[in-house]
Amino acid sequence: MHKRSNEPFLWMLFSAGGVVSAMLLPIHLLLFGLALPLGWLDGPGYDRLLAILRHPVTRVYLLVLCSLPLFHWAHRFRFTLYDGLQIKHLNELINIFCYGGAVLGTGVAAYLLWNIP
Amino acid sequence: MINPTEYLPKSYRARLSTYWWLTSWAYLKFILREGSAVFVAWAVIVTLLQIHALRGGPEDYAEFQNWLRNPVVLAVNVVSLLFIIFHAVTWFNLAPKAMAVRVGGKRLPNLAISGPNYVAWAVISAAVAWIVLRG
Amino acid sequence: MANRITLEVTRYNPAHDEKPKFESYEVPLRKEWVVLDALNYIKDHLDGSLTFRWSCRMGVCGSCGMTVNGVPKLTCATFLSDYAPGPVRVEPMKNFPVLRDLVVDTSDFLVKLAKSKPWIIRKVEKPLDEEYLQTPEQLDAYKQFSMCINCMLCYAACPVYGLDPLFSGPAAIALAQRYNLDSRDQGASERMDILSQHDGIWGCTFVGECTEVCPKKVDPAGAIQQYKLTATMEWVKSLVLPRGAE
Repeated sequence: MHKRSNEPFLWMLFSAGGVVSAMLLPIHLLLFGLALPLGWLDGPGYDRLLAILRHPVTRVYLLVLCSLPLFHWAHRFRFTLYDGLQIKHLNELINIFCYGGAVLGTGVAAYLLWNIP
Repeated sequence: MINPTEYLPKSYRARLSTYWWLTSWAYLKFILREGSAVFVAWAVIVTLLQIHALRGGPEDYAEFQNWLRNPVVLAVNVVSLLFIIFHAVTWFNLAPKAMAVRVGGKRLPNLAISGPNYVAWAVISAAVAWIVLRG
Repeated sequence: MANRITLEVTRYNPAHDEKPKFESYEVPLRKEWVVLDALNYIKDHLDGSLTFRWSCRMGVCGSCGMTVNGVPKLTCATFLSDYAPGPVRVEPMKNFPVLRDLVVDTSDFLVKLAKSKPWIIRKVEKPLDEEYLQTPEQLDAYKQFSMCINCMLCYAACPVYGLDPLFSGPAAIALAQRYNLDSRDQGASERMDILSQHDGIWGCTFVGECTEVCPKKVDPAGAIQQYKLTATMEWVKSLVLPRGAE
């Protein structure tokens, strides 16, 4: 009797991250990476942005926004390294780099969002 | 596997080239789709940098805005946005394949699953833009 | 339309070739001919030693799978005139060891298929005079996956199978799903134990080429993604409920 793999857990993170990345990252990158710095739209200004950031709902939202997409990246990148570069024999290192990276990013996000000065 | 015998000395095993993904347009599209994950990670990094700059005060944030205007950073962000949109489109189009939803015995057409995803995408993006811009 | 076309066909004799090479043959280009007809013409008139598999010549037996101009195809279902003026390159199916000319060793697929237990599994058998009734809706739930003719074109198209010979592969998983979704079957849990492994369904990265090349529209990629979803829900259930509660 084989023990079933725990891969479903990682796949769930990958899927959730995929949905979050698809729904939210485009508008975020469009607004904050292009439209606002380039002045295509009137920005909200530093004070207003900080006020939005301070709100607890925003901080939870941003934690999810910064964490799940990283797990999506981790899972996809791990398989790309297996298949694209055929370096599956390095799979322990790959797993540590990918999922460890996602955990690290989540930690950074949690630290930054824990309290806003 | 078949072991060599007197009448069948050996078989030929071609090793898949490292560049297998360049041998067809379908494979290339697949690798590009998987590659979009790197730009997803980049967008998260930009967001983390933005939060860090906001925490640092108005001068830090202004500096961050300047950095975003750097032509190299700008180019990377344009490419990232395109790849992230590519991720979103391929994601919503593939979602129906993973879910065999049956209503009254008949399987729902793909658009019944991907359509609402696109609508949600538009609504959510509009909501985020409204919250940020309404000043 | 010209009335001749050239085929470049893989030749490999393990007794004296280090690796496969191509040989060119000129064959008639008849508008109703398929690639298989051209291969049989070569064998009948030009080179009787050309070796290849075929049987029904009508797309139901799954024997004649080969690579035509780089794409996995059933040679009995691929019209020669579509490739005019040619040349047409005919090679053995990719991702399988080549035994001779266009013939590949398919035993790995048969091992993987057996792993999926592609038969109705019952915990409790019904008595012989009682039928297993099934409504049209219940049939519809798995019918698409039952159309598989085991031609292995999906394995030839799958880069994951090419890179990792341990991967179960599209057809084996689609056939497992065919039985999992069959209302008469009670073996889903048994198959899940075997297939919810890294070299089972989790090696698949949804490239989707298997579905593209399938001549019977089985959609193995869809079957695998649906199976992943089922496996995930079972995994969550097993966390929330102890395993023995099923």
